[in-house]
Amino acid sequence: MSAAPTTAGAAGSTQSRPGSRPLLALVLFAALALVPAAVSLGVPAHWLSLVTRAMIFAIAALSLDLILGVGGLVSFGHAAFIGIGAYVTGIMITEGRTETLLILPVLLVVCAIFAAVTGAVSLRTRGVAFIMITLAFGQMVFFLAQALSAYGGDDGLTLYARSTIAGLDIAASRTGFFYIVLGALIGCYGLVCIIVASRFGRVLRAARENATRVTVTGYDVGRVRLIAYVISGMIAGLSGFFLANQTEFVSPAFMSWQRSGELIFMVVLGGVGSLHGAIIGALAFLFAEDVLAGITEHWKAIFGPLIVLFVLFTRGGIVGILARIRGRSDG
Amino acid sequence: MTTSLLIVQILNGLQLGVLLFLVAAGLTLVFGVMDFINLAHGVQYMLGAYLAVTFVGLTGSFVLGLLLALAAALVIGLALEFLVFRHLYERDHLDQVLATFGLILLLNQGVKIVWGAAPLSVPVPEFLSGSVRLMDGILYPTYRFALIGAGLAVGGLLWFIVERTRTGMLLRAGASNAPMVSALGVDIRKLFMVVFAFGTMLAGFAGAMAAPILSVEPGMGDTVLILAFVVIVVGGIGSIRGAFVGALIVGLVDTLGRSFMNDLLRLFMSAPSARATGAALSSMLIYLVMAIVLFVRPEGLLPAKGRT
Repeated sequence: MSAAPTTAGAAGSTQSRPGSRPLLALVLFAALALVPAAVSLGVPAHWLSLVTRAMIFAIAALSLDLILGVGGLVSFGHAAFIGIGAYVTGIMITEGRTETLLILPVLLVVCAIFAAVTGAVSLRTRGVAFIMITLAFGQMVFFLAQALSAYGGDDGLTLYARSTIAGLDIAASRTGFFYIVLGALIGCYGLVCIIVASRFGRVLRAARENATRVTVTGYDVGRVRLIAYVISGMIAGLSGFFLANQTEFVSPAFMSWQRSGELIFMVVLGGVGSLHGAIIGALAFLFAEDVLAGITEHWKAIFGPLIVLFVLFTRGGIVGILARIRGRSDG
Repeated sequence: MTTSLLIVQILNGLQLGVLLFLVAAGLTLVFGVMDFINLAHGVQYMLGAYLAVTFVGLTGSFVLGLLLALAAALVIGLALEFLVFRHLYERDHLDQVLATFGLILLLNQGVKIVWGAAPLSVPVPEFLSGSVRLMDGILYPTYRFALIGAGLAVGGLLWFIVERTRTGMLLRAGASNAPMVSALGVDIRKLFMVVFAFGTMLAGFAGAMAAPILSVEPGMGDTVLILAFVVIVVGGIGSIRGAFVGALIVGLVDTLGRSFMNDLLRLFMSAPSARATGAALSSMLIYLVMAIVLFVRPEGLLPAKGRT
């Protein structure tokens, strides 16, 4: 029972190819772009912030899909990158450096270094050990943030300002912030699609199916995976930047291990490895959370069993279900 | 740092190590034999503690309450096995992680609904309530000694079962090649049930034993689960000996780090910055140990034989 091909490989047959449905993605982004207009026409007003939040998590889920879906590496510590991004943003704003063009490079470098170091260690293992180690590293950052007493420690850090672009508050208008996040989401989606379609992406995908064969072909699988891990961590860090600016608050809870589990669920809910599935999954997750939390404070007691049932009875997530419906109507 | 404080902290570290071993042993057995990663194992620990609260309260006797709590934890564990886990053995690890994650959400919340969100506690049993005098001026609670002793005893029993009995032999065989064991006419499903039930009991036992000295609260299992993961990764996945060594390392490093990191840094830092750095560094210490172990030996310190 070698652990190598087991992680996400089994889902390989049912998943659709990354970026294989450009039309679906286009419709999705167009629908998202219409949300502010819909709100002004009478859709519940809190949808604007809800969808903004969902798109922020969609960026993180998208980055996770790059390593989990495309690369077959089940990382259970991905929320750490959101947290690092949020904390770098929060700390720099607290220190009076609100300029986005200053924050983003610092944030991306910090995330890249953390991803490179933890990735180099965790990628030495495979399968279940990789899951456990990424979880442990995520927890490490969580406890580190709790110990940061100068920046709020366990209670978190309230931000008294937001980031600025050339002196202008990026979230001064909620609609403006919505479109900035949407733009970032589309940009990240495009970037990940390009990466996946490139030779690098094909090697990454091939290594998921059969790492030995790819190695024999002459590629350094470990290096390819590490680079993908670093890219993924940087994109997730970007979502942390937006999250800090939306909530105007940063806390260790951003990177609790439950959050990492939720990110995995978003990816699986949408459909592993399809990229647009991650976005759909994040949207569906946050809407479900919103609805259930409105019904009862014990919404997790409903949500947990839903996850279990989903895993036991569906294959390929929402994207897979859509594909099956389409397949049936075609045939 | 003084010698007396060092002795007390070493005992505390042992005690944490023993608790971690009980949880990690079940986790690593279940993983080793069934190739099944059970995140809900930490929840079993939490349920053990909560059931101990209820049954000790009902019966008024710690021993009786402990036994009833163990039985109840076993029933819940078997019910979960029947309803959920059984259908996941053939699935990939991603599905197993997600489904058991869903169970954690349900059970953590369920515990809040049934017992409330406020921390509860179990009184230390009467006959173990005193303390033992180690040397002049050092007293250590008897109950904590009992906990360490009970943990070591269970460890010894486990070693005996795994290394010296027929069931243990099947277990080891199953861990290295389950399909072959099945082909030789062993009812592998039944073996899985036994292993699973045993692992559940161990976690429940750890939770119930910890209930008098820790606060019993929702989410208490999550912390232990992640520490148990570190233990397993350090010790080598699927290996009971590895889990034992790993648990002691993690227990001791964590406890000693938390109590002495400050003093150590004070040697070359000012007091306030030593306190701040010490707090951050000591909470990261076990993860650093894990990273170093993995860097040197990716398969862990004492990997199970016959696994690839």
